[in-house]
Amino acid sequence: MYPRKKKESPMADSPKKHGSLALQVSGLTKKYGNVTAVNAISFQVKKEEIFGFLGPNGAGKTTTVRILTGVIKADGGKAVVLGGSAGSLKAKQKAGVVPEMTNAYLDISGWDNLMLMAEIYGVPKRQAYKKAEELFKKIELYPQKGQKVRTYSKGMKQRLILAMSLISDPEILFLDEPTSGLDVKSARLIRGFIKELSSQGKTVFLTTHQMEEANQLCDRIAIIDQGNIVAIDPPEKLRAEIKEMHSVEVSFDRKVKTESLYQLPQVSTVERVGDKFRLYTSSPGEAIVSLVNYTSRENVGIISLNTLTPSLEDAFLALTER
Amino acid sequence: MDSFSTLVQQAQRSLVIARKNIRIYYSKGPVVIFGILFPVFLFLAFAVGRDFSIQFMLPGLLGMVLFFTSTAISPAVAPWETQARTLERLISSPLTASTIILGDILASFAFGFLISLIPLGAGLALSLQIHTPAALFGGLILAGFCFSSLGLMFSAAPATMPSTIMMLSSMIKFPVVFISGIFIPLKQLPGWGKIISYISPLTYFTDIARHCIQNEGYLSLGVDFLALFAFTGLFLILALKLHQKTMPERI
Repeated sequence: MYPRKKKESPMADSPKKHGSLALQVSGLTKKYGNVTAVNAISFQVKKEEIFGFLGPNGAGKTTTVRILTGVIKADGGKAVVLGGSAGSLKAKQKAGVVPEMTNAYLDISGWDNLMLMAEIYGVPKRQAYKKAEELFKKIELYPQKGQKVRTYSKGMKQRLILAMSLISDPEILFLDEPTSGLDVKSARLIRGFIKELSSQGKTVFLTTHQMEEANQLCDRIAIIDQGNIVAIDPPEKLRAEIKEMHSVEVSFDRKVKTESLYQLPQVSTVERVGDKFRLYTSSPGEAIVSLVNYTSRENVGIISLNTLTPSLEDAFLALTER
Repeated sequence: MDSFSTLVQQAQRSLVIARKNIRIYYSKGPVVIFGILFPVFLFLAFAVGRDFSIQFMLPGLLGMVLFFTSTAISPAVAPWETQARTLERLISSPLTASTIILGDILASFAFGFLISLIPLGAGLALSLQIHTPAALFGGLILAGFCFSSLGLMFSAAPATMPSTIMMLSSMIKFPVVFISGIFIPLKQLPGWGKIISYISPLTYFTDIARHCIQNEGYLSLGVDFLALFAFTGLFLILALKLHQKTMPERI
């Protein structure tokens, strides 16, 4: 129904005015045998931006994050993270990573996990102590900091992983489905943290399949499907792109034939929803004008009239429709 | 950052990895069983009821303890870390694959070296005389690195189950013990036995220990050290290369 299209300019319509780029990806490709997990994708992320990477399961999100964080190597293309090649020590030193699955050391305490990461990133001891105290308070795990991670719940572990990724004060943070399967409190806490990071000037690369999360947090969203990027835009613009999914919902004071509404200019589809009609259009304004003209002509009164814009979920489904 | 300071930084970080391994993995069941209990009981099975002098027994016991303990941790760390997904965390951190591998070797070396001081201390407490302490100390260090690197080679196959690697390494470790002059000194072995024993690095450490404790080695100390040095270099390079190749397959 909606043709898949690739944006010409991945940098288009960034809502913030950013100085330079945090992430430059060009023609990135990864294959597993005959399966192309990531197919020559290209995009750029500006500094201080929250960039969402949205896609269904198996779309290539985690593979992309793993390439960008140096966990796996790409088969082709190039990725530059804050001036360093993805996977280089320079790039990894500046990045924090929250992977899809929690991966703290279970047999040592949360505090020791943070200290271990601080040592690995070369954070001076005094600075690490101060930062760890601050982070444990922020993730609301301060009373449990001395407990072995084995005793933590899933949400607590994920909050700890977030703290571990921030102990080195990274310039860019990669989060791979950070709130997936978490309790409401932990998910909300992590989302709040992400917003705060952006306000502190950090760049955030967030993969998710939760539309509302992407909608709330991201400055721009790339939609990836079957290894291909099908759109990159701010959430509002992505919704607006699905023109045919705009609709006008109207109810009349007397019976109206559905066929007569089909005749109206700018209306592509008419659907009956209870006592209302939903008129799908690419131009809601013009559809309303023709609807008003119709009611005057036919001497029909309008009881209610609403315009409906497609949700991000509608946009996502339309763009990833197979 | 220039390459020298990067090298120093990575060396420091491999010590961090080693400390982490020591802290987390020293008390794990398979390490205690394969690293301490096995060699002790194997040696007791050999020695109890026989009229051997302590001078004869200690070099063999020392070699066996050092060999088993040094190869106890290094093969298991990679599969454990793969299973717990902590390897992915380490790889995404500012560490090279060599830094991680070197950290594993260092932890294994420290374990082997420290545990082997126990039978040595016991021997000294029984008024045993060490003829060339410096050679024994140097041999312990070199052989510790050698066996740790060998242990790491066992885990190069990208298996995620530590038990698989432990089984694989035991299949190699046990025959090595029997061909290395521990139970039968080199000079008593037939010609073909000697030739087989030369392919085992443990042979050279046992010979160093016999030089230093019994004052009667079979090969010269120079040959023993040279052979151990060559084995250490070979195992270290192979362990690094193999793990660098298989590490992505673990993820």
